[in-house]
Amino acid sequence: MSVEQGVFIVLSAITLIGAWIVISNRNLYRAALGMVLSFFGVAGLYALLNAGFLAVAQVLIYIGAISILIIFAIMLTRKIMDREAVQSNNQWVISALVALALFGVIGYTLAFRVADSWAVSDAGLPSEAVAALGEALVTTYALPFEVASVLLLVALVGAIVIAREK
Amino acid sequence: MNVPLTWYLLVAAALFCMGLYGVLSRRNAIGILMSIELMLNAANINLIAFWRYIGPEAMTGQMFALMVFAVAAAEAAVGLAIFIALYRSRNTIVVEDINLLKW
Repeated sequence: MSVEQGVFIVLSAITLIGAWIVISNRNLYRAALGMVLSFFGVAGLYALLNAGFLAVAQVLIYIGAISILIIFAIMLTRKIMDREAVQSNNQWVISALVALALFGVIGYTLAFRVADSWAVSDAGLPSEAVAALGEALVTTYALPFEVASVLLLVALVGAIVIAREK
Repeated sequence: MNVPLTWYLLVAAALFCMGLYGVLSRRNAIGILMSIELMLNAANINLIAFWRYIGPEAMTGQMFALMVFAVAAAEAAVGLAIFIALYRSRNTIVVEDINLLKW
């Protein structure tokens, strides 16, 4: 087993343990902290895949903004953090079966049906991957870039309007 | 690239299915939102893995992941604003008790 594979396994374990905390912990605040752990694992996976900019953006946006926003919301709706409060509804057994069945289907397909039949490219990375990404943002993908800014603006205004004290 | 592409896809599938379980079984709306974030992350891992292994010379995969980031940020902001407004008017964010629109 190479070093890269070892790193991959550690990062995947961090990601999946964090995800397990998110879906199983009764205390919603701890679930949010588990989500931070999971996001860190995902950022590590991005770094392992040579997507450095996305790893940084993951830490900034997901951990720095979204997680903190969620923790704020948990604090603002404090009563629901009661440790006694039941956090899963009465269809959790069937939900678990559905999720396991889906994972079984995807896992079986990936491992036995399409296993490594992808045309893996030998092409190396662009020497300046971040520069190439920035250039693509303002040339090929200028329209999606602008649409994303409009979406963020609309979400910003909408969030203020919805949450405003009447 | 010593790690086979299939490994990344399997981890992403596991993350997605855990998120799916969370969405289906959590009673608390914020818990559901957190599970949705997990599912978006799983999709992002797939996008980046395919970008790295299939077409690293084009930036399409990274662009898709960046768009998912933007959508996730917008979704979290609006979603949490809705939950706070709901909490203010109904004093609960347990989804079973929120049936204003149920006929």
